Amino acid sequence: MHNIHSILFSKIGKLLRNIGRRMIERVWRLGAGARLFFLTILYSGESFRRFHLTLREIYFTGVMSLLIIIVSAFFVGMVLGLQGYNTLQKYGSSEAIGVLVALSLVRELGPVVTALLFAGRAGTAITAEIGLMKTTEQLSAMEMMAVNPIARVVAPRFWAGVISMPILAALFSMVGVLGGYLVAVPIIGVDDGAFWSQMQANVDVRDDIVNGVIKSVVFGVACTIIALFEGFDAPPTAEGVSHATTRTVVISSLTVLGLDFVLTSFMIVV
Amino acid sequence: MDRTTIDLWVGVFVALGVAALLGLAMKVGNLTSNKIGETYNVSAAFENIGGLKPNAPVKSAGVVVGRVADIKFDTKTYEAVVTIKIDERYEFPKDTFANIYTAGLLGEQYVGLEAGGDEDVLKNGDKITQTQDAVVLEKMISQFLYNKASETKSEAGSKPEEGALSTPKEDVKSSQEKSGGAKSTELGDAPF
Repeated sequence: MHNIHSILFSKIGKLLRNIGRRMIERVWRLGAGARLFFLTILYSGESFRRFHLTLREIYFTGVMSLLIIIVSAFFVGMVLGLQGYNTLQKYGSSEAIGVLVALSLVRELGPVVTALLFAGRAGTAITAEIGLMKTTEQLSAMEMMAVNPIARVVAPRFWAGVISMPILAALFSMVGVLGGYLVAVPIIGVDDGAFWSQMQANVDVRDDIVNGVIKSVVFGVACTIIALFEGFDAPPTAEGVSHATTRTVVISSLTVLGLDFVLTSFMIVV
Repeated sequence: MDRTTIDLWVGVFVALGVAALLGLAMKVGNLTSNKIGETYNVSAAFENIGGLKPNAPVKSAGVVVGRVADIKFDTKTYEAVVTIKIDERYEFPKDTFANIYTAGLLGEQYVGLEAGGDEDVLKNGDKITQTQDAVVLEKMISQFLYNKASETKSEAGSKPEEGALSTPKEDVKSSQEKSGGAKSTELGDAPF
């Protein structure tokens, strides 16, 4: 009897210790991530003085993501057009389809889906690259040569991500609207003028478009810094890099969706 | 990939982004359609403005000629005073008629201007005297129901229980006269 109790207590103790260790690990990572963010801002002077470093990263994060962004946006817009028409025509207001497509893209889907795709396409690449640099001790080598790896490696990637995200999100929204147009006007036969005029009457530049851009900038900061931190923090093994890459996608996606709610509740004054 | 090619691609990328933003602002947003040049203000008093909101369009013959600038409540007359700004290119005679219409059955409400035949034109600060209130759907429905009820009563007029029904019938009549007389435009020419 006594034996069973002691086993039970040791099991519970182990469980509690495990939970505690995980929690401390999370808080530690949060603090380290914040410190990396701060240092990146602090050392980002060089990424603007030697702008070709940032330019190179914009090419790899932004330009290389163009295809997936444009193709996804096109299909998202077309699906929005189809689904929107299906519901709106029941209420006899199928002309409002332009408003529906434009508002959902500009306010929500543009920034959010772009950020999710960006985390999958560019974020993982950043994490894997930096993780591998660390594994092969390139970062240590830089430090040996008195080159600050944060200024040389992290900051250019950070600014490239922050610059690329709004551009990609704006492209996503625009291509999505064109996709919705393609379904609504030539295929379904909604009136061309009504489609655009209702959209223009109901989409506000300040309230909708600028807020969407603000969202995408915030998501750009979040996604990029998470990817950079995961790479920087990855254990220098093949397994460590692979875990870090997975975590980048998971944490970025959750952060984007959570931040989206917070930002929207700030932007929509009830 | 050498540096100049990367420069080119990044340039294309940024240009695409700027073009998309401009496209969103111009084609999707209301940056262009909201442009009204110099305006002049006129006011109009309504007994009921329904769901009219500031910045709602002011249309004449279906063309947007201005916007609703301000809506105030007058505590002396208990009326809503709507200030509208009209594009200076458009002049309206002094006896212009201001209505509040609804775009579609459930759409947004807007002010419709119908020009009269006066020689003088409206100037900044003038007041439009002839107005017609917003159509309140509930009012219309209740009117319709009253009408229906009185119809069925007059059909059943020969029945012996007429005495019991006559009181509400008269009420209906008098209420209709009241609403018709208070303002000729109330609902007098409703399609039923």
